[in-house]
Amino acid sequence: MQPAVEFRNISKAFGAVQANADVSFSIAKGSIHGVIGENGAGKSTLMSILYGYYNADSGQLLINGEERQIRTSLEAISMGIGMVHQHFMLVENMTVLDNVMLGTEGGFKLAAKRKETESRLREICAKYRLDVDPLATIHDLSVGAQQRVEILKQIYRSAEILILDEPTAVLTAQETASLFEILRLFKEQGKTIILITHKLGEIMEITDQVTVMRAGRVAGAVATRDTSKEQLANMMVGRPIEGNLPRKPFSPGAPVLKVSGLQLQDKQGVKLLSDIDLTVRAGEIVAIAGVSGNGQSELMEILSGMRLPSSGKVEFLGEELPYARRSNADGLPAEFRERGIGHVPEDRLRDGVIKDFSVMQNTVFGYQDRVKNKADLFDFKAIADRCAHLLEAFDVRPKNPDLRIGLLSGGNQQKVVIAREVSAAPKLMLVGQPTRGVDIGTIESIHTQLLRLRDEGVAILLVSTELEEVRALADRIVVVSGGRVTGELNIDEFDTTRIGLLMGGMHKH
Amino acid sequence: MKTTELPRWASGFVLPVLNLLSALLVAALVIHLLGESPVESLQILINSAVINPEGLSYTLFYASTFIFTGLAVSVAMKAGLFNIGAEGQMYLGGLGLTLAMLSFDATLSPWLLIPLAMVASAVFGAGWAFLPGYLQAKRGSHVVVTTIMFNFIAANLMNWLIVGFLIPEGDQNPASRTFSEAAAMPRLVDWFPALGDTPLNISFLFAIIALVIYGVVMSRSSWGYKLQATGLNQHAAHYAGVRISRMIIVAMLISGALAGLAAVNSIMGSTHYLSLNFPAGAGFIGIAIALMGRQNPVGIFLSAVLFGALIQGGFDLSLEKPNIPQETFIFIQGLIILFCGAMENMYAPAVLKLINATRKG
Repeated sequence: MQPAVEFRNISKAFGAVQANADVSFSIAKGSIHGVIGENGAGKSTLMSILYGYYNADSGQLLINGEERQIRTSLEAISMGIGMVHQHFMLVENMTVLDNVMLGTEGGFKLAAKRKETESRLREICAKYRLDVDPLATIHDLSVGAQQRVEILKQIYRSAEILILDEPTAVLTAQETASLFEILRLFKEQGKTIILITHKLGEIMEITDQVTVMRAGRVAGAVATRDTSKEQLANMMVGRPIEGNLPRKPFSPGAPVLKVSGLQLQDKQGVKLLSDIDLTVRAGEIVAIAGVSGNGQSELMEILSGMRLPSSGKVEFLGEELPYARRSNADGLPAEFRERGIGHVPEDRLRDGVIKDFSVMQNTVFGYQDRVKNKADLFDFKAIADRCAHLLEAFDVRPKNPDLRIGLLSGGNQQKVVIAREVSAAPKLMLVGQPTRGVDIGTIESIHTQLLRLRDEGVAILLVSTELEEVRALADRIVVVSGGRVTGELNIDEFDTTRIGLLMGGMHKH
Repeated sequence: MKTTELPRWASGFVLPVLNLLSALLVAALVIHLLGESPVESLQILINSAVINPEGLSYTLFYASTFIFTGLAVSVAMKAGLFNIGAEGQMYLGGLGLTLAMLSFDATLSPWLLIPLAMVASAVFGAGWAFLPGYLQAKRGSHVVVTTIMFNFIAANLMNWLIVGFLIPEGDQNPASRTFSEAAAMPRLVDWFPALGDTPLNISFLFAIIALVIYGVVMSRSSWGYKLQATGLNQHAAHYAGVRISRMIIVAMLISGALAGLAAVNSIMGSTHYLSLNFPAGAGFIGIAIALMGRQNPVGIFLSAVLFGALIQGGFDLSLEKPNIPQETFIFIQGLIILFCGAMENMYAPAVLKLINATRKG
């Protein structure tokens, strides 16, 4: 039988980043095919190529054995390809029926079409046991039900190949189970399902075939019944690089940060963080490992004062941080900075710098009230001296303090941010994704700076989705998945398989 | 080296001049089509607005008002807020100073009346900007929408107050009574007789002082730094510890206060009474000035003088050339906004190419 989809040597680059390199595999008709990999492994890019969002730089795409050019998502839909996005594409204040019809109204008059569509939707719902009321309004529906609407939409548009991008990320366990029921029914009807996920348990439970991606390439393709979680985890993460940077022997001091029972819920009541307990001591680097989007960003935002937790307690140097007294986080980051909490934010351009400010202006960002003279104005001489010193010490290139920071490379922007935060002499340093989007040459220099900070006795909490980075820097590793701590281990227990399993949501026993 | 963006001298000076020349070129074309000579018209305009001392004095009088409204719009713009409401805020500023003058102009000395008038106009202008600022900060209601609405509310409110309460009994003119002599801004002609008998007054000096303070605050104070950070990237400003909602409200208060202060020159420097619709578009011209001057103090000054000159020269031009209606000024003003605001970067690619070409060679 012809495969439903076949990728042949697909490559796609964004600037210098090779998102997909020579990707080839095929997906059998009537199967559930898992695509698994870490963030940035190229899964989403590949699916975007299949769905017509991007065009591949080279390679061929075969749908049902025929080579096809898919230039727009409209063309993908006409070939029977449907996609359920991680973030739903629904109009919140319209009904299910209207959402499904949107784009396929087919004429000026709606009434007749609406009737016809409604009865078809009821048919589909019965056939696939999708529990959705076509006349309900989207914002009244639970997240799981909204996802069923997305699926309903695809079936209504007669999708034969259904792509699901991290479908269970927002679902509860029960909702996940019922989603899988639906997917199995689909398979029985002869439809093809592509499931993109990083959760090993789901892959083992529901897929027939798995393709593992790593760094834009296919790292392995196996039949699910012939593999194990351990093998998948190894393929997904890869082997860490050799060679360690020098560091002092591990001798942690007193606890600097103590997090207990931290919880965070978003407005819809979805739990982003549950029962986080965490301690960071002076002179140690604690790394939070996990696939991104599992609560790390939120945790860092809370600890840096950019966001308030729903409940829980955080002690810094024995004092409780004043979340409970606040109704919003306005101005809280300044207070935390005063206490000695430095923060290298994971999204540099969104939070860490002002692109249109000069390098020099950015070296005082967040500390603007500390560089004033007696007249309460900026002490430009001191700022310029300090900036020149930082550019030299942290080897920022080019060493031009008046350049807009937006013109620097990502790595050099990051050096400016790290230089700024380190030079403020923090007692606790929060570091999010310090080498994301940073050129390889700069990674080592950033790692060296962080290790030096540790050796000087600063407590460092690091968030990284790169296991190689975790291994290079951490003294202790805390693994998170789904907003929970799923495991903790010391660096000498480092074991990619085990960490991979924990990242995939497998609790230790 | 090939650059991908313009050096500061090019984006700050060359582009505005090119844009202005384009606007004037289109204006010249229209004047030509009206059957008048553009060159002669320009001569009349320049002569009447700049060369003739009395004309220059009028130009600077108008510019004094425009510097305040231009600053008002600029402060908000630096904070990422498009304050369309300077017109209404200036109108309310006029109400504030009028109420103060009607109450005290018979009893207090000029030394007290003038500061009082400035405080009253600033407070009323700021008050009128508070609600749009508050709604933007706390509710996310877009300040463009609310300030436009507040302009209409101001117009109707003032209509009601002036016609219903402020017209002296028996008077037909929709205006308050004339203030006493003590409530007049000292005119510069008293010190420089060459300026001629014009309303140019010490408001001009206050406007210059305001420009200097604005320049220092924006470039040298941590508050101005935080304001600009908020305008450029609210996420990052939050990270840096700025209280975003408070910053938005305070920026709107200052913007409104500056717009309110513009009323001091218009009323106490010239008419000496509050009349219906006295701002006459000065608040909207402030938007053009902020855009054209790129919120830079020197730029605001030059743009304000340019618009003052256009009003003064345009007025004389329409007197001398019957084919050119007085509305031509509004037309030219519109062209300048079009070229300097909406099509600000039209020449940027060409200038960039030119710079790169000369560097290579």
